[in-house]
Amino acid sequence: MKPDYILLRLGELTLKGRNRSVFENRVLTHIRDFLKSYPNIQIIKNYGRVYIQLNGESFEGIAEQLKKIFGLVSFSPVKKVDTELEAMREVSLELMNNLVPKPNTFKVNVRRAYKHFPHDSQELNHLIGGYVLHHTPGLKVNVHEPDVILKVEVREEGTFIYSETISGLGGFPLGSSGKSMLMLSGGIDSPVAGYLAMKRGMKLEAVHFHSAPFTSERAKQKVIDLAKELTNYSGKMKVHIVPFTEIQTQFNEHARKNLIITFMRRAMLRITEKLAEKNGNLGIITGDNLGQVASQTLSSLNVIGRATGMPILRPLITMDKNEIIKIAQDINTFETSILPYEDCCTIFLPKNPATNPNLGLVERIEDSMEWLPQSIEDAVENTETIIVSNQEEEKLSHLF
Amino acid sequence: MYYFDHSATTPPFNEVTDTVLEVMKNYYGNPSSLHQFGIDAEQLMRRARHVISESLDVNGEQLIFTSGGTESNNMAIKGVAFQYQNRGKHLITTEIEHASVYESFKQLEQLGYQVTYLPVNHTGQVSIEDLQNALTDETILVSIMHVNNEVGRIQPIKKIASLLKKHKRIFFHVDAIQSIGKIPLYPEEWGIDLMSVSAHKLNGPKGVGVLYYRKGIKLFPLLSGGGQEAGYRSGTENVPLIVGMAKAIRISMDKQKGNLEHLYRLRKKLTDFILQIPELKLNGSVDPEHMAPHIVHFSFTGMKSEVIVHALEKKGIYVSTRSACASGESKASRVLKAMGTSENNANSGIRISMSAEHSVEDIDTLCNQLKQVVHDYKGFTK
Repeated sequence: MKPDYILLRLGELTLKGRNRSVFENRVLTHIRDFLKSYPNIQIIKNYGRVYIQLNGESFEGIAEQLKKIFGLVSFSPVKKVDTELEAMREVSLELMNNLVPKPNTFKVNVRRAYKHFPHDSQELNHLIGGYVLHHTPGLKVNVHEPDVILKVEVREEGTFIYSETISGLGGFPLGSSGKSMLMLSGGIDSPVAGYLAMKRGMKLEAVHFHSAPFTSERAKQKVIDLAKELTNYSGKMKVHIVPFTEIQTQFNEHARKNLIITFMRRAMLRITEKLAEKNGNLGIITGDNLGQVASQTLSSLNVIGRATGMPILRPLITMDKNEIIKIAQDINTFETSILPYEDCCTIFLPKNPATNPNLGLVERIEDSMEWLPQSIEDAVENTETIIVSNQEEEKLSHLF
Repeated sequence: MYYFDHSATTPPFNEVTDTVLEVMKNYYGNPSSLHQFGIDAEQLMRRARHVISESLDVNGEQLIFTSGGTESNNMAIKGVAFQYQNRGKHLITTEIEHASVYESFKQLEQLGYQVTYLPVNHTGQVSIEDLQNALTDETILVSIMHVNNEVGRIQPIKKIASLLKKHKRIFFHVDAIQSIGKIPLYPEEWGIDLMSVSAHKLNGPKGVGVLYYRKGIKLFPLLSGGGQEAGYRSGTENVPLIVGMAKAIRISMDKQKGNLEHLYRLRKKLTDFILQIPELKLNGSVDPEHMAPHIVHFSFTGMKSEVIVHALEKKGIYVSTRSACASGESKASRVLKAMGTSENNANSGIRISMSAEHSVEDIDTLCNQLKQVVHDYKGFTK
């Protein structure tokens, strides 16, 4: 049965007091942006509710898009009928008959906002529920734990009937918590970290360290593809590709092998910080997860983190690998992440990386690397910035 | 010129030939090469996969690019039979399958598999009850076509799929070559495990097809080598044809819904005409809902099919006798015989297969010429 409207529920926003309308508008702008390919829809803020009027557009297609909107807690396909008992009964019955799987029990929940309607809510519960019951063999009423709650909202301009509630992503609307730089490696963790940060309302730019010819074009493409998956939730994203070969080879020649990772990560943070400042970002997001690799011991995180004064957010820090993989699968990055291309963190990997580096020592050695500050400047200077979006690149579209 | 042999093959869309040419000229890299040319070609393949999976409403990872319908069918049937032979060696199909399915099963019989060929009723339909009765503990595969290529009968695929859902050990393959782009089919939603598609049946290039397989299924590869297509189909991918196929599938699926009503209108016009002519006998079901919208099959009793084909050809009208692949055979149609048609009628079958590009006037012309041919030749029937 084709719905006429979609009722939207913008959950956590209700906590936001006077900022509420700002947040609400942000979600609605985002929704409008994501539903551009459905020109006939209208977004209506009315009766203290937010509706999408479908005007004949496909509910299924729009529902798929709505499942990618942060800040939207749930939504329901709604049928609108004239505020008139016969019509309410007919559509209620039809809606119940169309449910898959068929419910065994139900109850009706009427809200009568239009107080001049001749029957009150109690009567309507009976009049509609009785009618559905009478015309549906096998169906029973259960007011405590029904399989389905049939909701009927009676208003002067029309009555809204629905039973289904589809979960949205929840979280905060995109951009409501500022903008950060995501260090995107190509592994499983960093895209998940980015997703979770976005879910808390952060807008992201990504930074990737590329070490051609030690790492292949495919590794770079992989990161672009991962960013593209994330843009399914954000619309568009800047990806900064930093040429990192020079710095890495220098470290490899001059630094103590077991500290290479430490130096490398610190250099990455410094470059990311500079790119963040250039682009108006206030934080750095990483996929760090406590104890996974040498650079992720508390001691390493301490020494590495000291390289920047900017807040480093690590959404995955205490998660289990299984939980991370589960999210990666849900957001469709897992399959790409596990493609086996060498990335900048796996080349020049020492046999025994330091898990307990000494901050004083690291700083002293870095101070003696006279080439380092200039190399960092150069890397920032030569960074290639591309914009990826979930709208497939136009260049080849005519071929499909 | 009136071309009514769209079930044999279709003219490629102009957009498709443009695409194939451009990809062939400019993106000739081997998708497995490490350099940029390789990556460009690989990107095109990935995008083709994406476009096709969106169009067919399936998960993009589970598509194998093949050389066409015959290979897709062979790969599905033998791939499952070989891979899962330890589970059992009983297979089920129907008597009216396309040769690429039917002969695959004949080969498997020679290799020691047991095959049940389900009969069909006079309209060409398989009975669910027969299928249910044929299932054994040894059964590992059921392969049933969606639309019969000869008479156009639609099989109750959704019901079959839901029956087989209760049998987790049995895989369900659907030859959808005549139905994709014509009538709705939802492989993932309905629970179809494997589905064959061929590009040239929906205005795409010849020599390319795709096999959809549900996640979790393993197939014994028929071609070994470099491990392309997740190891299931080695050989350098034919990037231009694959991209052309993606475009053809997308366009066809976009148009499918809009075409359906028009095609059924054409079909009704033609069948109404045939039912009026006493010398002609309509094959398949009289209920249009049971029949594919683009195929009409009838017999001119006592007249060899080939004579009609050539008589119409002289008037610039191109039709066929049955499956083009089997036209050379002089034997009566296996499909018509399975439907209980007499030898005489089975030798006299004519297939008209239309496209949505045809107009009502085209069908009028066809009917008029057909009337003339019947009038001219009815004295020569056996």
